[in-house]
Amino acid sequence: MAVQIISILLSALLTENFVMVKFYGICPFLGVSKKIDTAVGMGMAVTFVMALSSAITWVANKFLLIPFGLEYLQTILFILIIAGLVQFVEMFVKKSMPSLYNALGIYLPLITTNCAVLSAALLNVQNYPDNFLFALLYGIFAALGFTLAIVLMAGIREAMDENAIPKAFRGFPIALLTAGLMSIAFMGFSGFSI
Amino acid sequence: MDITSIIIPVCVVGGTGLVFGLLLAFAAHVFAVKVDERTEQIIAVLPGANCGSCGYAGCAAYADAVTSGEAPVNGCTVGKAPVAAKIADIMGTEAGEVEEVVARVMCGGDCANAVYKYDYEGIDDCIAASKFAGGLKRCASGCLGLGHCVSECQFGAISIVDGVAVIDGDKCQACGKCVKSCPKGLIQLVPKNQRHWVLCSNPETGKFVNQYCKKGCIGCHLCEKACNFDAIHVVNNHAIIDYDKCKNCGLCAKKCPRGVIHSEPRPGAKPVVEQPEEAAVS
Repeated sequence: MAVQIISILLSALLTENFVMVKFYGICPFLGVSKKIDTAVGMGMAVTFVMALSSAITWVANKFLLIPFGLEYLQTILFILIIAGLVQFVEMFVKKSMPSLYNALGIYLPLITTNCAVLSAALLNVQNYPDNFLFALLYGIFAALGFTLAIVLMAGIREAMDENAIPKAFRGFPIALLTAGLMSIAFMGFSGFSI
Repeated sequence: MDITSIIIPVCVVGGTGLVFGLLLAFAAHVFAVKVDERTEQIIAVLPGANCGSCGYAGCAAYADAVTSGEAPVNGCTVGKAPVAAKIADIMGTEAGEVEEVVARVMCGGDCANAVYKYDYEGIDDCIAASKFAGGLKRCASGCLGLGHCVSECQFGAISIVDGVAVIDGDKCQACGKCVKSCPKGLIQLVPKNQRHWVLCSNPETGKFVNQYCKKGCIGCHLCEKACNFDAIHVVNNHAIIDYDKCKNCGLCAKKCPRGVIHSEPRPGAKPVVEQPEEAAVS
């Protein structure tokens, strides 16, 4: 059990990192990685939503789709659930925790259609259809992997701001090149297993 | 094909949608947060530069802080008095006085006066240059003149003249971005009606300053003795003007043997340096 959890942690964080290896969630990865502060905020918001949505979609799959034999509707139902959930969470947080809303608020709508969140839900029902705990942990760890990638990227981009970059590469071109190089580095983890 | 194989999916997905729809409608009702309409009005009045000089994340955040009573109505340094008056109108209060400030560079060590350590051919930016042995000038607190502040300024108020940054007081909106960006910390916000400032921030003694800048403050205290208002003092081996006491007379600038104290011509006066000072003394 413990070994399995560590294995899930390492694979979600490093060998199958959502951004760097699976290429999910590239939009917020590039869009919100200019400063470490905002990158951490985005990472926390994704972690929050991914944990919640992993749990709820797993339950919906187990007790709604499988009994009716409707597994082919997973994608559309999960999108519906995630979008509704994010909206609800945004309203709830805005009312009850204004300070948290100020920290995460602007990122929440961005997450609604983040494919990383959807793919975590889909991978969960594929890999762990009968284990709620593993599904939940995979959601959290995958989101932490996303946070790791986006914070690393933000650190590099902050450092790059002080360097003279050829005019043609300034802004997004150099960010895309950096992302590619980081991805190659993460690919180096592939093949490790516990 | 059985009709139920269509109806059941429709019911499941439609039902889930309905549940979430009702949940959201319910949540919108229960968790509704009142948005102050004055916030919108204030945002419309603000310049929209989002420069952050008010201390908030942007114009919208400042407007929010004003309506919630956290920020003063005259907090916008870019919009100054006219904007403050409009915001005060919206809030139904008095605007109060807005003290106008401008950024000034506290260094006069241009190409002719400062001694250079080495020829710099690296990246054309102060931050990069400051990492090579503290910069290209021998004075550790000299303007590097590579224009990091120029690239920071949204209003095009800064230019590099003879290797030293010079700020155009008319264009400067006192957003304070250059103040934060200068790696040497040479830029300060000074009241706009003050026409004198010290062109040196070197904390070393006159003996050393003499070696690397013809225009560096040597801490001779002559300005201190010349001032009738106790407004200028030598602190950390260079003169600092206390703008609460300074009366703009310009005596210190006249007395300074090194010409470190800059004297801006009085607005409207002819651009001759002596003339406005005489007018100020009499």
